[in-house]
Amino acid sequence: MHMADALLSPTVGGGFIAASGGLLAYSAWRLGREPDKRRVPLMGVLGAFVFAVMMINFTIPGTGSSGHLVGGMLLAILLGPYAAFLVIASVLVVQSLFFLDGGILALGTNIFNMGVWPCFFGLLIYRAIAGRQSRAWRLWLAAVVSVVVSLELGAVGVVLQTLLSHRTDLPFGRFLALMAGIHLPIALVEGVITATVVQYVRALRPGAVGIGERGMQAAANGAVGGDRLVPVLISFLGLAILTGGVFAQFASSHPDGLEWSLAQTQKGGTDPNAPPVPSWERVQNRLALMPNYDFPRGANEPTPAATETQSPRGPWPEVRVGTSLAGIVGAVLTLAVVCVLAGALYWIRPHRKASL
Amino acid sequence: MTIHSARLLDQLGYGETPIHRLDPRAKTLATLGFILIVVSFPKYDVAPLIPLALYPLAFMILGQIPPGVILKRTLAVSPFAVLVGIFNPLFDTEPMVRIAGLSISGGWVSFASILVRFVLTISAALALVATTSFPRICQGLDALKVPRAFIVQMLFLYRYLFVLVEEALRLRRARDLRRFGRRRGLRPRVAASLIGVLFLRTYERAERVYLAMCARGFDGHVRLARRLRFGWRDAAFVTGTVAACLILRLVPVVHWLGRWGESWL
Repeated sequence: MHMADALLSPTVGGGFIAASGGLLAYSAWRLGREPDKRRVPLMGVLGAFVFAVMMINFTIPGTGSSGHLVGGMLLAILLGPYAAFLVIASVLVVQSLFFLDGGILALGTNIFNMGVWPCFFGLLIYRAIAGRQSRAWRLWLAAVVSVVVSLELGAVGVVLQTLLSHRTDLPFGRFLALMAGIHLPIALVEGVITATVVQYVRALRPGAVGIGERGMQAAANGAVGGDRLVPVLISFLGLAILTGGVFAQFASSHPDGLEWSLAQTQKGGTDPNAPPVPSWERVQNRLALMPNYDFPRGANEPTPAATETQSPRGPWPEVRVGTSLAGIVGAVLTLAVVCVLAGALYWIRPHRKASL
Repeated sequence: MTIHSARLLDQLGYGETPIHRLDPRAKTLATLGFILIVVSFPKYDVAPLIPLALYPLAFMILGQIPPGVILKRTLAVSPFAVLVGIFNPLFDTEPMVRIAGLSISGGWVSFASILVRFVLTISAALALVATTSFPRICQGLDALKVPRAFIVQMLFLYRYLFVLVEEALRLRRARDLRRFGRRRGLRPRVAASLIGVLFLRTYERAERVYLAMCARGFDGHVRLARRLRFGWRDAAFVTGTVAACLILRLVPVVHWLGRWGESWL
């Protein structure tokens, strides 16, 4: 479920860092407006609780494999949207650093996929179904439905972000079916466990549920559907659709923002008479060792002389065996240089025992 | 990644080397810049990414991180990227590179590219955290104006992470002792009640922590000591790293090297 740096393009990664960062700042501001002193240590300790929960593995019925609780929805139910969002974001930061789940650039996408949906959307569903003085079956239904919906939305998010980044060739439909299918049983079990834990906590410590919102001016008292949440959610969804549309536009016309801007700058620099497209391709050829798409496709190997004369574009000739050999020779040589430099660094560094 | 290796990584962050002494802001920004540049290479690039490996390598060598640690951790990461990337050769079968009659499809090339990106980004993150203790990363982020509530949240999480994990392991051990060697895993209902107990213990711990904080004069605001200095070394480190990576991104060094090597052969 954790998105990885290797699958992201800078545009998508940066865009989602901006979106998640903005939401994080908003949540921090909302919490700061009603400082409830008790909440500070509780949120922190509950963040650690999420890691502790991962130590308790259970078998997923029917499959024989084992899994653990992710806990996003549980935190949202117990803490309320803003506090839970902050806790989930902090958990993801620590996961990306100490557990190497996901990556640093992928943090934006991961916080979005695993934080936004349960905290803001899933909680809305949960409250709408569970009601105020809910009976057990309503609570169960609410927990299962909200967990399934928010986890599946997160999975869809992973699919969309991967495809917008253009690093894989998986077709949309199959990838979506794969991700949604894998996450459905996980989500069902997570929902059941979430419901059981909420019920358990409510029976033994009724005060603990929704603790994060205690200070929020009795908002919880009257609000069944989280009245304050609706405008935030609507404006937020609008923002998401807007940015998604912009990303898609950007991603389809220019594979990647950085490449595109590089091409722009290079175009200005090189000869102004050249038509824009060949110039762009020349840039591509210069940047890429193995330029895209224009390889001899299964045809007989053209003779070097023929390629040289027919070469339709600038300084680099059409790719042929020789050039790809050059690429591999280059890779090997670079590897050798890297090894030599690393060895040199190893020798010149101060030789002291690392102090742990 | 297990909790054990996370703790090891955490301990490495408290070392004393020139890399450890760099300002955390400088290291965080340089790492982010490095990852952005790695990720910005076109889909089918493999060889041009190789020289970038110098950055995490230099970080780890100068930071005196045992190489075995890094290697094992990188390989042990749950490989979502690899799982997604392995489909590329299935869907992209256009031949792309030919060496001595052997043709390699574009899918394999882009898959190789994903693998190289994966290793580079993961090892850069690892190099950052193994040479910077988490509290110092948080200090750096605080100086970079990340909201204070979030910084405090991360510091608390870090403070209680290992404490609560041990609590969970105690629960698990108690349960294992009571099942008399039966090999079956936990049923969801049993797991749920264990998690419920864990939550209540956590909740009560939070209450005790809160009372202890109040006894020490906690008034709702957390004050952080700020002892960071962004010196010329740090500035040189950031600009040097980013400039070197940008040069490798813009100039086809590997290509030139390859042609040179080829002419030599």
